[in-house]
Amino acid sequence: MTTAPAVGNATDTADSGTGTGTGTGIDPRLAAFDAAVAADSRIEPRDWMPDAYRATLIRQMAQHAHSEIIGMQPEANWITRAPSLRRKAILMAKVQDEAGHGLYLYSATETLGAARDELLDKLHTGRQRYSSIFNYPTLTWADVGAIGWLVDGAAITNQVPLCRCSYGPYARAMVRICKEESFHQRQGYELLLALSRGTPAQHAMAQDAVDRWWWPSLMMFGPPDDESGHSAQSMAWKIKRHSNDELRQRFVDICVPQAEILGLTLPDPALRWNEERGSHDYGPIDWTEFQEVLRGNGPCNEQRITQRRRAHEEGEWVREAATAYAAKHEGVRK
Amino acid sequence: MTGNDWPLWEVFVRSRRGLSHSHAGSLHAPDATMALRQARDLYTRRSEGVSIWVVPSSQVTASSPDEKDSFFEPAADKPYRHPTFYEIPEGVRHL
Repeated sequence: MTTAPAVGNATDTADSGTGTGTGTGIDPRLAAFDAAVAADSRIEPRDWMPDAYRATLIRQMAQHAHSEIIGMQPEANWITRAPSLRRKAILMAKVQDEAGHGLYLYSATETLGAARDELLDKLHTGRQRYSSIFNYPTLTWADVGAIGWLVDGAAITNQVPLCRCSYGPYARAMVRICKEESFHQRQGYELLLALSRGTPAQHAMAQDAVDRWWWPSLMMFGPPDDESGHSAQSMAWKIKRHSNDELRQRFVDICVPQAEILGLTLPDPALRWNEERGSHDYGPIDWTEFQEVLRGNGPCNEQRITQRRRAHEEGEWVREAATAYAAKHEGVRK
Repeated sequence: MTGNDWPLWEVFVRSRRGLSHSHAGSLHAPDATMALRQARDLYTRRSEGVSIWVVPSSQVTASSPDEKDSFFEPAADKPYRHPTFYEIPEGVRHL
């Protein structure tokens, strides 16, 4: 028996290794890991796992957690200017959910041996990334709707298969997140529908938001399959269940009829139904823009990180006060 | 202890009366009171619970995955502990 918090977050994770053979054949720990993945069983925090599997998960889950936290900013931008109390309450609940999603994912990442302050530090110093979609500005109220419908819609398409990810804590966090995301998407759709059916100026505002968010949303699925560096290994490990292009196609096919009901146009002249494939064809994606935003040259990269660092620094006195209060009362009890 | 190394707490939520508490996740907090409040905000935003337990993660004692075979092995060769082990003639009712 060992004392370690195996129920959720084990900080003293089991030994991991490269999984190279021991000389007498395959490492039995690697064989057990491979068998668990093949059987669609789940890998849990204290199980032995290859170093590369652990590193891949930390990279992906940290990026995912950071995206939820940075993702609070573009929408929070509109809380004070929401057009009604109903919309304001909805938007506050949604932004609070994003914080919650970040926290579920940070906890899950910590089960792999990554410390919370280390993760935050890597976000603040640009050593770990967040989704490039959050480097676009929210210029009008309609952007809140377009983010809910398209950005959260793309996120859900990506995330539903992650509920069956081979790493248990990640899969469990995703189940909770997906349940909550569906409210996010529906509120965005409803918001856009209200604008689309409103005055001509409101309709134009909704169309403009969709024009600006459509292509960045398609880029959220990542580079095309033949250029995606991590995909093949992640699929073999069952971290990932579908390829980038497959999920992107699924998203396009879902959005086309939804746009028709909204009465809005998707900004792609090449978009049309392909009877033979049973799917929609769509135009080429401008990946140079994607690469530029990744490189830090998006419209809001600098602003997002500056704001995040400031929020963290301005919260320091609160953390200190809570720590001091806890220490004082701990002393009283003894 | 600074704000960045608050201890980790495991959170257990009873979703409604009549059910046991189940593990919901974990969080960092400076003390038990704050852990409870944060657990409420983090894990019951949609009325998912009527009761919450928080336990310092360091206080959980766990069996090791390395010994799982030998640790649980004594149960493996006792199929007679299951009702399906026994053959009962057709037509016997309420058994």
